[in-house]
Amino acid sequence: MKDLAQRALDTAVASGATYADVRVVDYHQRYLAAKNGQASGVRESESMGLGIRVIADGSWGFAATDDLSIGSVDRTAAQAVEVARASALAKKHDVRLAPEDRRVGHWESPCRVDPFTVPVSTCLDLLLKVDAELRRVPGVTLAEGSMDFRRIEQWFASTLGSELHQVRTQTGVGYCATSFDAGEIQRRSYPNSFGGQYQTAGYELVEQLDLLGHAGLIAEEAVALHKAEQCPAGVKDVILGSSQLGLQIHESIGHPIELDRVLGDEANYAGMSFLTIEKLNNLKYASEIVNVVADATPEHGPGLGTFLYDDEGVPAQCTRVIKDGLFVGYLTSRESAASAGLGRSSGAMRAEGWNRIPLIRMTNVSLLPGTWKFDDLIADTEDGILMETNRSWSIDDRRYNFQFGTEIGWEIKGGKRGRLLKNPSYGGITTEFWNSCDAICGSEHWTLWGTPNCGKGQPGQIMGTGHGAAPARFRNVQVGVAYGN
Amino acid sequence: MLTRQRAQELFAEVTKYSTADETECLITSNRYALTRFANNNIHQNVTEEGLYLSVRAVAGHRMARAGTNKLDSASIRRLAEAALDLARLQPPDPELLRMPEPQMYRAVQRFVPDTAELGPRDRAEAVTGVIRRAEADHLTAAGVFSSGCSVMALFNSRGLRAFHEETVSELSVTMVGPTSSGWAKKTGPNHLELDPEALADRAARKALASAEPREIPPGRYTVILEPAAVLDLLGFLVLDFSGLALAEQRSCLTGRMGEKLFGSNIEMRDDVYHPLHLGAPFDGEGVPRQRVMLVEHGVPKNLVYARQTARKASAEPTGHGFPLPNEYGEAPMNIVMEGGRHSLDDMIRSTERGLLVTRLWYIREVDPYQKIVTGMTRDGTFWIEGGELRHGVRNLRFNQSLIEMLSNVEMMSPPERAAGEESFEMVVPAMKVRDFTFSSVTKF
Repeated sequence: MKDLAQRALDTAVASGATYADVRVVDYHQRYLAAKNGQASGVRESESMGLGIRVIADGSWGFAATDDLSIGSVDRTAAQAVEVARASALAKKHDVRLAPEDRRVGHWESPCRVDPFTVPVSTCLDLLLKVDAELRRVPGVTLAEGSMDFRRIEQWFASTLGSELHQVRTQTGVGYCATSFDAGEIQRRSYPNSFGGQYQTAGYELVEQLDLLGHAGLIAEEAVALHKAEQCPAGVKDVILGSSQLGLQIHESIGHPIELDRVLGDEANYAGMSFLTIEKLNNLKYASEIVNVVADATPEHGPGLGTFLYDDEGVPAQCTRVIKDGLFVGYLTSRESAASAGLGRSSGAMRAEGWNRIPLIRMTNVSLLPGTWKFDDLIADTEDGILMETNRSWSIDDRRYNFQFGTEIGWEIKGGKRGRLLKNPSYGGITTEFWNSCDAICGSEHWTLWGTPNCGKGQPGQIMGTGHGAAPARFRNVQVGVAYGN
Repeated sequence: MLTRQRAQELFAEVTKYSTADETECLITSNRYALTRFANNNIHQNVTEEGLYLSVRAVAGHRMARAGTNKLDSASIRRLAEAALDLARLQPPDPELLRMPEPQMYRAVQRFVPDTAELGPRDRAEAVTGVIRRAEADHLTAAGVFSSGCSVMALFNSRGLRAFHEETVSELSVTMVGPTSSGWAKKTGPNHLELDPEALADRAARKALASAEPREIPPGRYTVILEPAAVLDLLGFLVLDFSGLALAEQRSCLTGRMGEKLFGSNIEMRDDVYHPLHLGAPFDGEGVPRQRVMLVEHGVPKNLVYARQTARKASAEPTGHGFPLPNEYGEAPMNIVMEGGRHSLDDMIRSTERGLLVTRLWYIREVDPYQKIVTGMTRDGTFWIEGGELRHGVRNLRFNQSLIEMLSNVEMMSPPERAAGEESFEMVVPAMKVRDFTFSSVTKF
């Protein structure tokens, strides 16, 4: 693969490229699902190909192919240069890249149990046991569970002389109980909704989660929600469970700090950002207890945004995003860092596969833990709602106005967790919300969640991102907004 | 690109190695290019080509799928064996049906050679025109111009042979001003029908007319939804017309089929043969797609069915199944909503106080049975008073039941092929809807 990548670079340079990078990607996925007592999805897929990105005549071009013959690689590299020259027809300025060094390296993500060696029958057996446990509870009308294993091997080479080989193994697992009754659909999921928990890890993730042990309670909660009180509308203190807070971070911190949005590159689709350049080091994004990092380094944990080098050959970094409440850092690329005068790239360029260009994507954007014990936080809350497990999420195209719904909530009165609440929702304006954060639980409550389905770019790309969070409290939040009651 | 002959050869090679009771090959091939611009500059320009082979193997009452784009003999042999091995490792499904026998398909012509061959310079020239239009009014343009072609072949060991090819093109334009933005988009099989000049002008005029937007309080308003906004909302309803969704009681139509659910003026069908639609005339198992009347005079009348779902429901398959195995069953993907005879101007003139919405954004389901969805307006939201557009307004968040919305439709335009960003293309009208619920306002 190294030779193939070098061949593509040589052809691109011979065709007129002033810069080029190549990624050869070999992608494997195994997806297993069970539904209502049957194996509902048993699929394996693999895809291998080469994508080459070039600068020629001062503009970008990219071409990709799954035909890895020498002739095809040559044609693809030359085509990328031709595409770049066409881009130059509507050029306002030459592309400038922040400086970067030559990098040579190899990295494999830690994986204690290779999920592709675990027998399919073992996985299906576990999913079907969980399925039976969910349906054991009267009132559960639909039980669904899935496991998703991926291995992404990538060879990267660039005209800087970089040669990088990385292998990442990812595992996702989760299940959901749905209950339909009297004109209402309620759901509970474990360990998270929309596919469960995802990490850059092996089958050990499945083993750690005690899937079977939680199924009974999850099913009972799904059914109990029908008889629960509706989440009230009004202004309340809210405590968010860590997985919901992970998505809150994703939408209202992770996306706004993507510098390509700030610079307008996503104006037509994913949208822009309120975090314009003058706000860097000036905006009080959050209360003083809030510290957020974008950390791709393996030391941060097995997040979906963990790697050793990004997809333009920049080393993984831990970028401070919010320091003691102050906005201090963006997610950047070599090009956007140069455009904004920020020096070096923060190493956040990631591509979905061989046929997509890298874009600025979240790595692991995490809220650092605070000091509270969860029970103390409940005891300290006079009138609030505890909300857990995302059910819906939406935010405007500059990332101010958000609204989330969760699967379940509990009233908190006088420092005690009380009655169950159904259809919880809350909304607000990003900076007002984060400035109302007055308590964050400690590291013993902190989990690095995976969001496997983040969409961005045209053509569309789906990317996995990581978000570490511990439960946290937000004061005076508008709740019950989705139902308008 | 994939030809029938090449598809036949790949199928023959798979079956040479397959010892499954039944074998199906789904082969897809695409060539696609996209020119992306922002800040009046082309900043991304990509092209790709690929061919993907997936094999569904059946062993008794067990089934699995494996896929690859590695097409050497060893990889194809490994693929055939992998699909069968996976199938054998799972518990039997007593309801699994045999693969369908050969079917007859109605011909559809959706391939435009010039669009398939469109090059990066052609797209760059069109984009240059869009940028010129932006600069004429001191706006900045962002968007995409894409073109390409795709081919799909579905062959099975019972003799079924299905083949479809089509071209695609898309131009989406956002014009950004200091305090506002405007958007327009068109898609279709023929790039010559995109009309970049008209789209750029439409987006620019929206950006200019909505400058210095004013804030209005949230509440219930009469709203005029342009077709792109209607499409993106309907995308959250039409998946409920799946037979499997109803059987599993996850559809909002559970217990409501045959009841008057929407206004009498709501008529909706699925029709892949409509001249404004793209798509293959067969589904993921090779069953011919049928026209299905989904809603008649406001009453949900029919669902779409894959073969297995149809068997369980004692219904006939309608040709809307996804490739097996899958968890979703089927869905109508070629929606046609009958409209009315009114123009957008008619709707505006008839509105004393209300809003005109160009486009919606980040729509998500809040309640699956009441079918409440939330989302934001975007890129051109206007206040109407006294039958005239008065000014732009700051974007609003809505929380709206789609069932209620389709009961409150007062006027409709003739349907057109609409393209949004949150759902697949549909043929839908613009709608004037009363009592549409906006719950909060954002800052721009």
